[in-house]
Amino acid sequence: MASISSTTETMKAPTPQWMETWKQFAKHKGALVSLIIFTIIVLAVILGPILWPLDPNYSNLRARNEGPSLAHPFGTDNLGRDLFAANLYGGRISLAVGAVAMLISIFIGTIIGLIAGYSSKLDGLLMRFTDMFFALPRLPLLLVVIMLYRDKLRSLFGPELGIFMLIVFIIGATSWMTTARIVRGDVLSVKEREFVTAASALGSKNGRILGMHILPNVLSPILVSATLGMATAIITESALSFLGLGFPSDVPTWGRLLFDGKDYLTLTPMRVVWPGLFISIVVLCVNFMGDGLRDAMDPRSKSKA
Amino acid sequence: MKSFRLLLVAIFALTFTVSSLGFAQRGSAGEATILYWQAVSIPNPYLSGGTKDLDGAAPVIEPLASYDPAGNLVPRLVDEIPTVANGGVSEDLTSITWKLTEGILWSDGTPLTSADVVFTGEYCMNEEAGCQQVANFADIESIEAVDDLTVKITFGVPKPFPYGAFVSYTGPILQAAQFADCIGAQNQSCTEQNFAPIGTGPFKIVDFRTNDVVVYEANENYRVADQPAFARVTNKGGGDAAGAARAVLETGEADYGWNLQVQPEILNQMVEAGNGEIVAAFGPNVERLMINSTNPDSELGDERSVYMGGDNAHPFLSDPAVREALSLAIDREILTEIGYGSAGQPTCNVIPAPAAYVSTANDGCLVQDIEKANQLLDDAGWVMGNDGVRTNVDGVKLSVLYQTSTNAVRQETQALVKQWWSEIGVAAELRNIDASVFFGGDPSSPDTFQKFYADIEMYTNGFSGTDPEAYFKNWTCEEIPGPDNGWLGGNVPRYCNPEYDALVTEMAATAALEDRAALGKKMNDFLVQEGAMIPLIHRGSVSAKSNSLTGATGNAWDSELWNIAEWGRSE
Amino acid sequence: MFQYTVRRLLISIPTLLVISFVIFFILDTAPNDPTGNLPLTIPPEVRADIRKSLGLDDPLAVRYAKWAQQFFISEPLNFIESTTGISIGNSENRTRIISWQTRGPVADAIAERMPQTLWVLGLAYIFGILIAIPVGVISAYKQYSIFDQVGTFISLVGFSVPTFFTGLLAIILFSVKLKWFPSIYDTTLVVKDWPTFVLQVKQMIMPVTVLAFFNASQLSRFLRSSMLDNLSQDYARTARSKGLQERIVVLGHVLRNSMIPLVTIIALGIPAIFGGAIITEQIFRINGLGALLIQGIYNADIPMVQTLTFIFAILIVVFNLIADIAYGFLDPRIRYS
Repeated sequence: MASISSTTETMKAPTPQWMETWKQFAKHKGALVSLIIFTIIVLAVILGPILWPLDPNYSNLRARNEGPSLAHPFGTDNLGRDLFAANLYGGRISLAVGAVAMLISIFIGTIIGLIAGYSSKLDGLLMRFTDMFFALPRLPLLLVVIMLYRDKLRSLFGPELGIFMLIVFIIGATSWMTTARIVRGDVLSVKEREFVTAASALGSKNGRILGMHILPNVLSPILVSATLGMATAIITESALSFLGLGFPSDVPTWGRLLFDGKDYLTLTPMRVVWPGLFISIVVLCVNFMGDGLRDAMDPRSKSKA
Repeated sequence: MKSFRLLLVAIFALTFTVSSLGFAQRGSAGEATILYWQAVSIPNPYLSGGTKDLDGAAPVIEPLASYDPAGNLVPRLVDEIPTVANGGVSEDLTSITWKLTEGILWSDGTPLTSADVVFTGEYCMNEEAGCQQVANFADIESIEAVDDLTVKITFGVPKPFPYGAFVSYTGPILQAAQFADCIGAQNQSCTEQNFAPIGTGPFKIVDFRTNDVVVYEANENYRVADQPAFARVTNKGGGDAAGAARAVLETGEADYGWNLQVQPEILNQMVEAGNGEIVAAFGPNVERLMINSTNPDSELGDERSVYMGGDNAHPFLSDPAVREALSLAIDREILTEIGYGSAGQPTCNVIPAPAAYVSTANDGCLVQDIEKANQLLDDAGWVMGNDGVRTNVDGVKLSVLYQTSTNAVRQETQALVKQWWSEIGVAAELRNIDASVFFGGDPSSPDTFQKFYADIEMYTNGFSGTDPEAYFKNWTCEEIPGPDNGWLGGNVPRYCNPEYDALVTEMAATAALEDRAALGKKMNDFLVQEGAMIPLIHRGSVSAKSNSLTGATGNAWDSELWNIAEWGRSE
Repeated sequence: MFQYTVRRLLISIPTLLVISFVIFFILDTAPNDPTGNLPLTIPPEVRADIRKSLGLDDPLAVRYAKWAQQFFISEPLNFIESTTGISIGNSENRTRIISWQTRGPVADAIAERMPQTLWVLGLAYIFGILIAIPVGVISAYKQYSIFDQVGTFISLVGFSVPTFFTGLLAIILFSVKLKWFPSIYDTTLVVKDWPTFVLQVKQMIMPVTVLAFFNASQLSRFLRSSMLDNLSQDYARTARSKGLQERIVVLGHVLRNSMIPLVTIIALGIPAIFGGAIITEQIFRINGLGALLIQGIYNADIPMVQTLTFIFAILIVVFNLIADIAYGFLDPRIRYS
């Protein structure tokens, strides 16, 4: 109990270092604005479906393919379903999938990249393993995974949560390789720099060298991977549903709204513009927040920001 | 300048009048482009039964007889269709004799003979060939060449409908000389032959790129002197249905686009561009809901969805009231309007065509009646719960797992049906499965339509040709898929009724068309009224043609390209 | 370095063998079936016969061995024969890898699709790199300038909006409305004179642009971040303080050191060219290798998918080796033991 109260204590009163980082972050205008927009979007998709009365799955057959109106701010689709509700609800899933899958992928990629780059013993093995993952045909692999695990997860966690876990795992597990290669490439170069060789000469432990000296120096490509990975994950989710791996077809997501709406580009263009816009905004926000975070944590770039 | 232009117009007008007055010449219409968004993989119908591949071969190799768009047999390589009346079919219905037209040449200039027909039969019936059309040769005992132009097919049993082999685009004649070394397992190494079969048809293949493009040029040895009108036809594949529709209707890059399953409002918008029109043709295909009569509960393990002679019945779909309510709650008009447009018509029958076989006994389902459906369920003891889902006394919940293959229209249909069912207190969980898995029949996969690990599933089925006898056999007791037969078998709803089986046997021995039709209607009514399936939409094939293309009429019983010799350009 | 290369090449052989078996195993386990897309009018017994005729009844190990024999021995021999005209051994009875879907040799189908794939995807990649390098360098050098902000915006929107949307938008604009470019890629077109060259350019413009834009987005982001890191490094300051020209510092030293992530991405991207761009190929009907692969997967055409994927695996291994060697040139401090 004591330890829990002490952690809440520290969270309530940020340490000076936290304050410092936050100050630096707040100096970065793009990052600050992005943080605000991102927070608004997150709040909207969390609270929106509660506040907005329409069900994204309710078909009003008398109001099909409608343009924006007061009743339907984003218009309706060809089944008369409210697109505003669909975008709000879809955002929940897309953001959750995008963020979790991206984190999984970045985590695996960074760990493997760091170890492979740093340890010349493990490098060969890990990189050949990465090569193999690169080469595996994704679609058949997905079909195998669905066949083996969908029913098990469905009975354990229910249809939606089970599928969610499967999807984030699948996306994460099949998209970490680029990050791993990039991180490794940078580590190979960074580990030969003076400060690393110095630290190692001073007898620092390998884990400490990796965490304290190397990781901060390869953070930028990781952040870029994260930004791009988030976009890829959101789009990949929609592609998965075509294999029967995604969420059931009555669960809207941004990726699916975009895909389903594309053929209606000439009829109800806003149907595809909104989800496209939301995905882009989220990716831009993540990018700028990443920039801000890096600038805030990197002692050298302070002068620039 | 102006007068020069006028002169040009006059010259053009003159040339066109002359050509339309005189005989049209072979190749005079120039080039045409047709789009098959599912590209042709191999133009040999015996090695690939996909419609796109059958169509890819149709301009080149021909059957003895084809079906016209109305479903009538018309002679192609023969003088007349053999019948009992003209003596071509024996009185005891065990043999049929085809007489080839004299003087027909292959595109290489050699004559077509009965030996080619006999060879084609041997080619497909070889056990190692894996011939995809071998079902058309069922019950055949022998195929013999009586003389150079006469072929006699003898059956082991009386065949009331003897037009299975060598008829329609599923049974074209191959040239014996070309395919002589391709019998049985050897067909694997016959790429050259498979990619450019020599035929008697109006065109020959000059360039074939698998899954991409087929280029045809007019066959100079074609039997009709002024046909085909086109000198060169390119069949381009790839892309999707909407893109193909756009290329015909909006950009005008292609003259004909096949199988355009595109949302009606989008297709209509494209038609408004004024470049072309829709060609729809209706055959025997029906989109239907299959009702699982066995219990698919995953707790059952190996007994899941296995028919065990009445045991293991479905917990609630075995109640006729539930099945009828599910059907009544569906508005087929709306489903058609939203998903199919001119490519669909609401139906309550398993057999929607040919007209003689169509029953009118079930048309009550055409009008949605939520109230009546609710009433039915109330009366049957299904009580609405607080969560909007009905349960019975035993606590069985009306909650269905509703699966189908992945396809935009099907997912929309699922969404609408789910909503209507929710109005009668039935909850639905939707699932869609990739078509190659769903229809793949891999016994190790839980997701095939035959395993049916769901309560209800939806897909389209139909029969080839105009005779449904073999189709009806699908729902006999012995056709039920299960672990014993490796989950093969067409009786997906696991419907088993000895009365129905007796009717199937009776039909096999009935020759007169009227009697066959009466039996067909009876069986259709059994299947619908006993709730083996809930028919939804009579589906047609939709294609698009440019305004200047003439002769393309669509054909649901044979290849859409069956009369490509007559296609031309209007001016 | 030479020793390292030789060792890596030797290790590649068992690696690739393992990869090829894993791929085969996955393809075989996948629940899709070669008869899955046939009309339902073809009865189940016939389907069973079809599977049998494709050899699907044999055990996994036998089928794998057969494929491996065909891939590693028969096809290379065939290739040598067809290019040199010398016949080696029993060439008549040598079985080739035959696609289940097309019943034709897989190698021929691949060769048929190389031109359009290399043209469209290769050009898109080259253009992508050519755009990405200046954009990445300027964005980093003038961080937070208007150029950087606009570049960031465009590249991230470009990456977030998938090609199925941008491609469609391009078709509706340029094919339907303006009628400038064709929406169908003609693979039979032979460039032999000026008009056919113009046609070829016209049909390539849209797919190449869409893909180049997408590639450039990704590459420029990585280059920018890497440049930023290096610009603030001590060696850059040292070089400047030594009085070196700014241009030489940025382009000579910083860019060179920033190329490592770019080289990584490019090394992974070149095999991807071979893998094809499935969505873009479909939208513009290019029917390149991507379309071949996806058709193969949909139709459970194991020989086709296995061969394509394995060639892809070989390229991955080879280009990653090239990347590793390139690291050594870009940063001489990198040593492999």
